[in-house]
Amino acid sequence: MSTNHNRPLSDVEIRVKALESLLVEKGLVDAAAVDALIDTYEHKVGPRNGAQVVARAWQDPAYKARLLADGTAAIAELGFTGMQGEDMVVVENTLDTHNVIVCTLCSCYPWPTLGLPPVWFKSAAYRSRVVLDPRGVLSEFGLEIPAEIRVQVWDSTSEIRYMVLPERPAGTEGWHEAQLAALVTRDAMIGVAKVTHPNE
Amino acid sequence: MNGIHDTGGMHGLGPLVVEQDEPVFHHEWERRVFGLFLPIAAMGTFNLDEFRHAIERMGASGYLNTSYYEHWLHAFETLLVEKGVLQQTELAARCAQIAQETH
Repeated sequence: MSTNHNRPLSDVEIRVKALESLLVEKGLVDAAAVDALIDTYEHKVGPRNGAQVVARAWQDPAYKARLLADGTAAIAELGFTGMQGEDMVVVENTLDTHNVIVCTLCSCYPWPTLGLPPVWFKSAAYRSRVVLDPRGVLSEFGLEIPAEIRVQVWDSTSEIRYMVLPERPAGTEGWHEAQLAALVTRDAMIGVAKVTHPNE
Repeated sequence: MNGIHDTGGMHGLGPLVVEQDEPVFHHEWERRVFGLFLPIAAMGTFNLDEFRHAIERMGASGYLNTSYYEHWLHAFETLLVEKGVLQQTELAARCAQIAQETH
């Protein structure tokens, strides 16, 4: 990277450069490997992966059964594996239960299917409050869950990563898998939104 | 270990701020910290539990006032020095050198 800057570097920028340059000089880290990892998680891994899993589950009851029984294996069938996806549990929204995921202790998140987590998911505000007042937090996302529907909050352990299987929206009968996947959002797979029909 | 990182159920940790169309990274230094995670982990110097523990050992004020990738950076620096891979003095010297060069 260039050292020609229009402004002095911040302390944190300096610390990162110092750490990386020392590790590279000592031959402990390959800068090209760092670049490749950044590219993968910035451009190749993300919630479009999870959306494919959801759409497949909506289309194929046998796949859905496998997904709910062994999330890690069923997700791997679509080729999505790797760090932070080693122990996947998929939780299904039903007529009487809405699910939402959190990691209260850190910010564990299913990278292979959802990519890297947004800042709000990592924030102390979300982590502290979604277990205390889930309906209130969901309401701040514009999602009102009726009182008769149970809200189930899933808190990651050091190993398990959760992902929500949202409800298939009405009016999508006969749609192709790719059309269905295009409707599925990151927030719906976290559980802070529903998947909606485009005409809704 | 109980501590500030164990946020579940705490009160008063501020409003929920949601950024629309958020980028994966907000700063170049966040990219570098993220990209360093796996190569550093692959060195076998520490395991994931030690990494988390290094973050959990941050003081409450430091933990709450710094971002996710600053927590990671803190853990890298802490553990690599504790395990003897880097010396605190060489990290400090390199920081001073970079600050001088980019001033």
